[in-house]
Amino acid sequence: MSFAGWMTIVAFVVILTAVALPLGSYMAKVYAGERVFLTPILGGPERLLLRVLRADSDREQDWKAYAKSVLIFSLAGWLLLYLILRTQNAFFVPHRLNPLGYHSAPWNVTFNTVSSFVTNTNWQYYSGETTMTYFSQMLGLTVQNFLSAGVGIVVAVALIRGIIGRSGKGIGNFWVDIVRTILYVLLPISIIGAIFLVSQGVLQNFTTYLTAHTLTGLTQSVAMGPVGSQEAIKLLGTNGGGFFNVNSAHPFENPTAFTNLVEMLLVLIIPAALVFTYGRMTGNRRQGYAIYGTMMVMFLGAVVVAYIAEAHGSPAQHAAGLHTHVIAGSGGGNMEGKEQRFGIAGSALFDVVTTVTSCGAVNSALESYTGIGGAVPFANLSASEVIFGGVGTGLYSILLYVLLAVFIGGLMVGRTPEWLGKKLEAREIKLAGLAILITPLAALFSTAMAVATSGGRASISELGKGPQGFSETLYAYLSQSNNNGSAFAGYTGFIQPNAGNLGSHGVTFADILGGLVMLFARFGPIVFALAVAGALAGKRVTPAGLGTMRTDNPTFVILLIGVILLVGALTFFPALLLGPVVQGLTSNLY
Amino acid sequence: MKRDIITSAIAIIVLTVLLGLVYPLLITGVGQVAFPGNANGQKIYVKGRLVGSKIIGQSFQKPVLDKNGKPKEEEEELVTEADPTYFQSRPSATEGGAYNAAASTFSNRGPNLKLTAEADEENIKAYLALEKPYDPGLTTAAIPVDAVTTSASNLDPHISQANAWIQAHRIAAVRHLTLGAVDGLISKYTTGRSLGFLGEPGVNVLQLNLALDRLTGGTH
Repeated sequence: MSFAGWMTIVAFVVILTAVALPLGSYMAKVYAGERVFLTPILGGPERLLLRVLRADSDREQDWKAYAKSVLIFSLAGWLLLYLILRTQNAFFVPHRLNPLGYHSAPWNVTFNTVSSFVTNTNWQYYSGETTMTYFSQMLGLTVQNFLSAGVGIVVAVALIRGIIGRSGKGIGNFWVDIVRTILYVLLPISIIGAIFLVSQGVLQNFTTYLTAHTLTGLTQSVAMGPVGSQEAIKLLGTNGGGFFNVNSAHPFENPTAFTNLVEMLLVLIIPAALVFTYGRMTGNRRQGYAIYGTMMVMFLGAVVVAYIAEAHGSPAQHAAGLHTHVIAGSGGGNMEGKEQRFGIAGSALFDVVTTVTSCGAVNSALESYTGIGGAVPFANLSASEVIFGGVGTGLYSILLYVLLAVFIGGLMVGRTPEWLGKKLEAREIKLAGLAILITPLAALFSTAMAVATSGGRASISELGKGPQGFSETLYAYLSQSNNNGSAFAGYTGFIQPNAGNLGSHGVTFADILGGLVMLFARFGPIVFALAVAGALAGKRVTPAGLGTMRTDNPTFVILLIGVILLVGALTFFPALLLGPVVQGLTSNLY
Repeated sequence: MKRDIITSAIAIIVLTVLLGLVYPLLITGVGQVAFPGNANGQKIYVKGRLVGSKIIGQSFQKPVLDKNGKPKEEEEELVTEADPTYFQSRPSATEGGAYNAAASTFSNRGPNLKLTAEADEENIKAYLALEKPYDPGLTTAAIPVDAVTTSASNLDPHISQANAWIQAHRIAAVRHLTLGAVDGLISKYTTGRSLGFLGEPGVNVLQLNLALDRLTGGTH
């Protein structure tokens, strides 16, 4: 550990908060349809797009209509992406966009990949530079990076509208919301982010792979491509699907420690800003601060544990006789699977940033983390994406937990639970409970199936010995059900013997189970969250009385953290004991 | 329902053109005009030949020759050994030979695996065999972790300063330079922490080796 390392963490939190506050206010204005500083530029394109889609902000949808639009829009995106990925080698694809002549991945891997990108998961069984053409990366994957992120955000906005709605059943218009999200939020920040990243050394070209002749007489092939444009939205939309196999560990995706900081900020700014958006839209900014505080406490806890754990070496390194502490000219620590330019702090912080959100990008090999260091991403996933969470998904998920916490608090003080002046009744609690339970259910059920059948165990890597094999499997389904996408990457669903698609085959069990888990755990909670919005929208608001439990003070923050930890611990503790906890407690080698 | 289907179809096509075509091409245009070097991979040419990218790590092993003077192959892969005249990069386990930048990969070596410990031990043995003759006091405990572990990308362009300082003894002896001169070059090609506190300092191995060749002539 070093002073510079701790400084990195502090600086990150300060900059994040400073950027998220104004962005939150900006987004509140965008969704209220107010004028913002970009309106003079984007107002024209916005009106044009809305006219083409025949959408009108005055025509509000009720929750069922809104949900139907979300589902059909996502289905359309799914179908087009499947088509694009399966025809990446077709006659109409120009050579420039497929310079290496890559064939498509098989149907089962494509099913998994498409489900993954449409659900904002970006779980990747394939390896980017040996599977995907520039055509697929650009027209297929980049587009879903935007759209799936947009869908997450608009659902959160619709839920807020339901919570604050004073009359009727309307929770906004999906088409208007998605167009505004893309034009006013995602696209401008992506353009700035992409240009910045390219200026620092992220690739942006359409040339074929290079062949270099090294100083010692060897040849080296070097992958190329339009990386920057995809990289920016991969992070901003908490997508996380790398252009290259090793994601943000690749020097062409994340060239310096400075880009590493900016990439982490890109991941968290929208999830953090949306919390402030919520505060503003409810008309009481303290509501937003309370949720921000809740998230930040859990976030910092995870960062501190991961940093300390990784600053010590692993049992394997100690068995080999290595000393892993800081010496002159070396930061020490568990450098297996970590890049020198990021060091331990830059890797551990990135790891936490992308596993609390649904981003799932990685700049270090999670599978090589120490037991406790590796338990941190597990714990983050077990908290079901509420510590900032994915863009939009994080906010709507934690708001459902808030509802649950208010209900439990109400029971404790013996009064009818009230939230922002609205009485909570059986219907909302049931819906929120169902929404919260879907993810753990999907994760645990699929892990059980995968470790109990030979089809499932076929995916465990040859390095997955002892508890490592269980950790790999649990992480795979936990990550897919949380729509996260990071991996203990030994677990495989795609066998590529010649480092390409020729002669490759998918592992159908893992591909299909994973794909279904992602779809179920993404759209299930979305429908329930919108149903909660619908249930709350029509309720009358009564002024807060003396006995009303407040949801904007430190007491409530503690209650909320308690509820989140309790639900997470009760559902996942037994499974975690079998994998990462065993690995963290033992110095045995398997 | 029907309305939603039509709207979705139109929306997907319009947005695919905007986000999948216009946006990447805009960034490509800006990148190629404003930052052509970086957008194209920071290529390094020596005498008109592409040597590599400044930010992608390389192997400084050389092919082992058989009795007939031809490069030896095992299982269709070149057999290589460390070239003592160059600084060595971190171990790399990419497919098709070390530092294959067309197929980046994680090594996925778990923290509690015998296989990991064995891989570390093998790397330590190789490191000591290469460096100890020039740095007799070197022990396993003094080896910095990065020198014997694989990086995340397996394409790490950097090594730690401690790692470079140990190798400097060998380079100075083999290339008939003073240790001070080699250490000077190491400092010159060390990338410090970004903004003074982000990340760890790292020595760019390719740039350092190129500088050595400029100073004392290449060996190939």
